[in-house]
Amino acid sequence: MELLAGILLGFGAVLGLTMAAKAADPGLFAHGLIFFLVMLLGIFFLLKRHYDRAQRGAPAAGAEGYNDDIVRAGVIASMFWGVVGFLVGLVIALQLAFPVLNFDLPWTNFGRLRPLHTSAVIFAFGGNVLLATSFYVVQRTCRARLAGELAPWFVFWGYQVFILLAATGYVLGVTQSKEYAEPEWYVDLWLTAVWVVYLLVFLATLWKRREPHIYVANWFYLAFIVTIAMLHVVNNLALPVSFAGAKSYQLFAGVQDALTQWWYGHNAVGFFLTAGFLAIMYYFVPKRAERPIYSYRLSIVHFWSLIFLYIWAGPHHLHYTALPDWAQTLGMTFSVMLWMPSWGGMINGLMTLSGAWDKLRTDPVLRMLVVSVAFYGMSTFEGPLMSIKAVNALSHYTDWTIGHVHSGALGWVGFVSFGALYFLTPRLWGRRELYSLKLVNLHFWIATVGIVLYITAMWVSGILQGLMWRAYDSLGFLEYSFVETVEAMHPFYMIRALGGLLFVAGALLMAYNLWQTARGKEPADRPALAPAAAVAG
Amino acid sequence: MFSHALFERNSILLTVGILIVVAIGGIVEIAPLFYLESTIEKVSGMRPYTPLELAGRNIYIREGCYNCHSQMVRPLRDEVERYGHYSLAAESMYDRPFQWGSKRTGPDLARVGGRYSDDWHVTHLVDPRSVVPESVMPGYPFLASRPLAARDIGRHLAANAALGVPYSEEMIANADADLAAQVTPDGDGVDALLARYPKAVVRDFDGNPRLLSEMDALIAYMQMLGTLVDFNAYKADQNLR
Repeated sequence: MELLAGILLGFGAVLGLTMAAKAADPGLFAHGLIFFLVMLLGIFFLLKRHYDRAQRGAPAAGAEGYNDDIVRAGVIASMFWGVVGFLVGLVIALQLAFPVLNFDLPWTNFGRLRPLHTSAVIFAFGGNVLLATSFYVVQRTCRARLAGELAPWFVFWGYQVFILLAATGYVLGVTQSKEYAEPEWYVDLWLTAVWVVYLLVFLATLWKRREPHIYVANWFYLAFIVTIAMLHVVNNLALPVSFAGAKSYQLFAGVQDALTQWWYGHNAVGFFLTAGFLAIMYYFVPKRAERPIYSYRLSIVHFWSLIFLYIWAGPHHLHYTALPDWAQTLGMTFSVMLWMPSWGGMINGLMTLSGAWDKLRTDPVLRMLVVSVAFYGMSTFEGPLMSIKAVNALSHYTDWTIGHVHSGALGWVGFVSFGALYFLTPRLWGRRELYSLKLVNLHFWIATVGIVLYITAMWVSGILQGLMWRAYDSLGFLEYSFVETVEAMHPFYMIRALGGLLFVAGALLMAYNLWQTARGKEPADRPALAPAAAVAG
Repeated sequence: MFSHALFERNSILLTVGILIVVAIGGIVEIAPLFYLESTIEKVSGMRPYTPLELAGRNIYIREGCYNCHSQMVRPLRDEVERYGHYSLAAESMYDRPFQWGSKRTGPDLARVGGRYSDDWHVTHLVDPRSVVPESVMPGYPFLASRPLAARDIGRHLAANAALGVPYSEEMIANADADLAAQVTPDGDGVDALLARYPKAVVRDFDGNPRLLSEMDALIAYMQMLGTLVDFNAYKADQNLR
């Protein structure tokens, strides 16, 4: 296995060097070099691992218990990319309020940094949270060690390489301009390879399980992995101009490309940011509340109806466009229906607290998890509302969409991830509790205030701009020029940036708190909870 | 009676079940767009991008203009009055990828072609606030000084042709000449360019004849946006769908 991995890494190194040598554009040259260096590093660590093991003697297979090293790595990567992604978000929020901050350089302009922000928070932060928690949860709920020794590490490091290539690509101007799928063909191919191994590791761990049933969280993780693979492959079908260049042209054009993109785009939300994080909810909420899931039957209905209905919702991103009306109407109908499974899931999560609601007063980590589910409920009500064509005519192209995304992203994805990371860190580093629950409490409140500032500012600015665009004066002329509506956004862009600043500040507190916990600093305040009941395994 | 335990006990069955359930929506919604003839209207005037326009479009994509500018006028009264005729599917039939956008931090650009002078575009791209004081757009001064890297533009045309864009072999073979001809109004290649690409605008777009810059290409692209379809000849009711 090690030999095979070494050969593959060597092959990758040669490939990277060839790419750099033959590259016709600076983007591919840089990426070839990065790829080459990463492969060399991989070979170095593979050899180091081999000789370390030869010295110590390899541990007998299966004797090592759970593979928590990889979960620890995932927790660190999540926190790191989270802070980076939130910071870039703050920068571009400030650029919209104060355009001088673009510096008018190719590498710092809004057009290149905005994909950097979206990819950093969705794929780098969110993706690492999903990797870390899925590897943690699948082992616990299967009572089996993660399958493979090198394969999970390939998934982890391969994914970080994907992030590195994507991020450097955006800054250098390598993009195919499909939102949330900006990386070019060779990065897409690399991610496909990583993702297939991820699926295999996950499935192989399920095969090793010592529980007869596959736990509900794993259904959601599996749906997330399988569906993202399907979406990623179809949406990125493209023909490179040449193998020596980064540029490619999409297989589909115009209206077909548009619907394929939003079929992908909406389900990146549906399966990456929803199904995957619902898996987190289904494991960590009951675990932290020490109560079983509210309803087993509801989780079955929730699961199948959610994954079936979500896929249809893409066309609501294309209301009143040149997409045929029948597709728009279909998309709207299913988006409205989607409200039901979404709230079914929310109810299942919230009602799990039955008999344990008092813990919200004493446990800020649980409070974060529960408030995330409440935000989930709010944004999954707002989504169907905005998918109604008459509402969408006003909301589309405005900041309302941005606000909607962030109530889901900051409130739901952010908080449920923070809750999971706060839960995991003491356990993974063998500490009794977090360094400071007071800091968690502080984080909770400043992040919540930040989110509220953010989304209310975007509601007001979005609806205001939408109304200004369609305002007529008494003589029947359009009342506002476009730029007057831009000018009107300024105060709200400043409030939004302030909200973002608070959210970033909260994340920095969290990073400090987790760092101190991992270092083994004694709790700074008396834990409000009794020592957590013995964790399974 | 059916028991859900079937899926809970068999990971392969669960995986296959998921795959089937998530495949249905996409198949029903996307696949018909490829064979329903009513999806893309019959219009006159659409042609593939000239080599210079295509190079400009790639700069538009590279700089992420789509993050703030849509290219999709909706059939709503205020939009039609603000931007012009609503966009047709036919108008993006050669767009790989499409550039409809999702956010209007700046105005829609689907019909920006011919709205402003080349001079205005150069000034605006170099320093947006010098002509629109309230603008929040970044400046792109570097486009004016960067030579356009388009030695392989013929291969770009060939790649598009392989995917179904009607670039003829003649167009591909003459891509370099056509690229240069579009910024040389007094040159010899103009007639051949216009024969291959009707309505192509031939000008020295950036006002700097010494350099074929990225600015030239980007403005050439923007000046043709939304200008191809002849709306005097277009009958909307023939395309009811």
